[in-house]
Amino acid sequence: MSNTRVKFYQTGTFTVGNRLLDDSDRTVQSRPERTNSLNSGHRACQGCGEALGARYAIDAAMRAANNQLVAVNATGCLEVFSTPYPETSWQIPWLHSLFGNAPAVASGVAAALRAKGKKDTKVIAQGGDGGTVDIGFGCLSGMFERNDDVLYICYDNEAYMNTGVQRSGSTPAAAHTATTQAVGSQPGNPFGTGKSIPLIAMAHGIPYVATASVADLHDLEAKVTKAMGVTGARYVHVHVPCPLGWGCDPSYTLKVARLAVESGLFPLFEAEYGEVVARTPIRRLIKVDEYLKLQRRFQHLFGEPGQPAVIAAIQAQAERNIKRFGLVEKGEAK
Amino acid sequence: MSHPRPFAITLDPGSSLHNHTGTWRTQRPVYLNRLPPCNNACPAGENIQQWLYHAEEGHYEQAFHALIRDNPFPAIHGRVCYHPCEDACNRGQLDQPVSIHAVERFLGDEAIKQGWLPPAPAPASGKRVLIVGAGPSGLSAAYHLAMLGHKVVIYEAGPLPGGMMRFGIPKYRLPRDILDAEIGRLATLGVTIELNRPVADVAHDMAAGGFDACFLAIGAQLSKRTEIPCRDAGKMLDAVSFLRAVESGQEPVRLGRRVAIYGGGNTAMDAARTARRLGAEETLIIYRRDREHMAALEFEADEALQEGVVIRWLRTIKQMDDSSLTVEEMELDKDGWPQPTGRLEKLEADTLILALGQKPDSGFLAKVPGLQFDKEGVLKVDANLMTGYPGLFAGGDMVPGQRSVTIAVGHGKKAARHLDAYLRQTRYCPPPKPELASFGHLNTWYYSDAERSRQPVLDLLRRTSSFSEIHAGLSADTALFEARRCLSCGNCFECDNCYGVCPDNAVIKKGPGNRYEFNYDFCKGCGLCAQECPCGAIAMENEKI
Repeated sequence: MSNTRVKFYQTGTFTVGNRLLDDSDRTVQSRPERTNSLNSGHRACQGCGEALGARYAIDAAMRAANNQLVAVNATGCLEVFSTPYPETSWQIPWLHSLFGNAPAVASGVAAALRAKGKKDTKVIAQGGDGGTVDIGFGCLSGMFERNDDVLYICYDNEAYMNTGVQRSGSTPAAAHTATTQAVGSQPGNPFGTGKSIPLIAMAHGIPYVATASVADLHDLEAKVTKAMGVTGARYVHVHVPCPLGWGCDPSYTLKVARLAVESGLFPLFEAEYGEVVARTPIRRLIKVDEYLKLQRRFQHLFGEPGQPAVIAAIQAQAERNIKRFGLVEKGEAK
Repeated sequence: MSHPRPFAITLDPGSSLHNHTGTWRTQRPVYLNRLPPCNNACPAGENIQQWLYHAEEGHYEQAFHALIRDNPFPAIHGRVCYHPCEDACNRGQLDQPVSIHAVERFLGDEAIKQGWLPPAPAPASGKRVLIVGAGPSGLSAAYHLAMLGHKVVIYEAGPLPGGMMRFGIPKYRLPRDILDAEIGRLATLGVTIELNRPVADVAHDMAAGGFDACFLAIGAQLSKRTEIPCRDAGKMLDAVSFLRAVESGQEPVRLGRRVAIYGGGNTAMDAARTARRLGAEETLIIYRRDREHMAALEFEADEALQEGVVIRWLRTIKQMDDSSLTVEEMELDKDGWPQPTGRLEKLEADTLILALGQKPDSGFLAKVPGLQFDKEGVLKVDANLMTGYPGLFAGGDMVPGQRSVTIAVGHGKKAARHLDAYLRQTRYCPPPKPELASFGHLNTWYYSDAERSRQPVLDLLRRTSSFSEIHAGLSADTALFEARRCLSCGNCFECDNCYGVCPDNAVIKKGPGNRYEFNYDFCKGCGLCAQECPCGAIAMENEKI
């Protein structure tokens, strides 16, 4: 019998682990010794994408930093559900101050560690899209500009979920929220509003910017690990569905996140010093309606007569992403 | 704690582990094993998913042992089984089915090469079982009964063991060294085969040999015939005798230049392809129905056509002359049955082989009290395969039902279980079948895209001029690749998805081979694990509230 290695593992690197994979190819999440940074007993809703995304990212960062890590948290779901006084779910040094100042506090922590000569202790700041895109944006931009040695991770669930699903600067067009009702001639969140923080971060020329999805664990862990190896300001933007705010089944969290990537609506890419250097190609290209129709926040686009023009406009956004970031290569997507 | 607390803080920090979020749950996930469709479809009752699981890791010997728990002849079945497992395979809905037969053949060949043997049988029971017929069902029953600790003796009327596997299936599909090697393994279990030992009176032979029970597995070897006016009966043979004569090689088979075969089953295809190999210039199959209604399997007809066999559909033979056949064109009625049209046609042929089906030669059973036969002379058995005579069981091709080597082997196993129960004065109750793992239970996103491996096929010219085996086996690398295409439908293969995707860390990983456990103290019942399980090994159940 020949001993040639067979480069095929039944599930490849799509599953969390695989008994056939070499140890070095397995995810942090597949390991019994993972930190479980965000431990059981937290009060996030069933199927919370943010709780999952945070554990994925911080566990990977802990492994990359050899467990020498401090995390600063902005106000938001992640902070509220993990630390109702006097309990905490965090199994790492963790700090919370205000809604809008997490990047500034993290800059301060990094400066303090430097002053104390603790070169090996790494600093992470994290928050939801509200604390990052809107409220903490000034502090974040300053942190980028000063190139402080902090990795900022944004868990983007596309609205203020903690306070009752109000629109944020990250809410997608046409989505229904408490403040963008599905009424009138242009129901839901108006087109042409909002902003892309990954692109704004790139405009600061910082060493590393990446987008990731909770649906692609291998990709997410690789990006966090890479970011942990870079000195200076770094930004990772993680797409995390919210079953409550999006109106999807709690068991569909990863399915919905996956469809966002596969439709092109949430492009996965990496940038260094302002230039896109890599993108994760779409594996099975789908139309946006497959993604939209699973969510109650887009329910008004479907049914009779529905809003085909709005769906077409969202499809155009996806196609723009696909073209802009080169998400589909010839012969790649099926 | 004794240290002073900060201003306005009255409690020490606590862990959220105090908060048992499991109380939120209205549904709970449970691990289960669903029945993979391949296992469900296997006539021999193989646990295909299980042996592929071992093969995926390259643990071929373990895979072989898992396989032979149900079927002692993997090298044979990897070649001749019609693999209904592959028709049922869920991967067929994704790209192409797993080439289960090719992996099975690889394991069987590897076992022969490495000399792997079955494990030690159960302690001797002291019971003796007679098996009549050393065909696939008789040999299979012998194997299983021997594994269960019984002493087995086989009486075989023919000169060599194997039955239709030797005298019906041509060499180009099943080389005889493979057949001999797999049958030879039975001797290591203490099974005795007495050749050239026909049975005239079963009840007498049972008593004379001190047997406690008997399994009849005599097959169906009598060709069905039809009346065709014919001047020279010497030019007309039946397919079973023809294939048997070619195999035994005792007397040369005389064929003309143009050979016609009458029938549309697998035996007709085998006879036609064998005639080609013996040098017939033209080989013609005449069948009264059309391709959609033929009994032969698609691939058998395809391979015959590739080898230059011509098939005339919708024809019946009216008369045979020296060098020609008169055939009548048929039309199918709305039920798919052929009806005569009166239009006649002459076809050139100097030999006619009849392949119109077979029936058992059960005349010798007439003396046994209590037996019942249907109007075709087929012996009736109850659900336990027992006949009307106590301790006398029957199976394989001789009892009603579909006929194939694999079905026969399955019958052998089933009969062995019931015989064993009879000998131990209990009843065999098959375990309940779990729910079928359908394609809808799978989350196929997680499986890598992988095209089915193809077995090398012998050059067409060599196929029609020799009896060399047509299909080659897979190499070790390709077999491993093919095994890893298995989706493991309905059965956990430890991919860590549930462990990874739980937002509440409520899945406990128990280490290699031990799978996982839910921590219901914290599981909120979101169902992500069940949704993201690739193979459908988690179900959500309602909590009693």
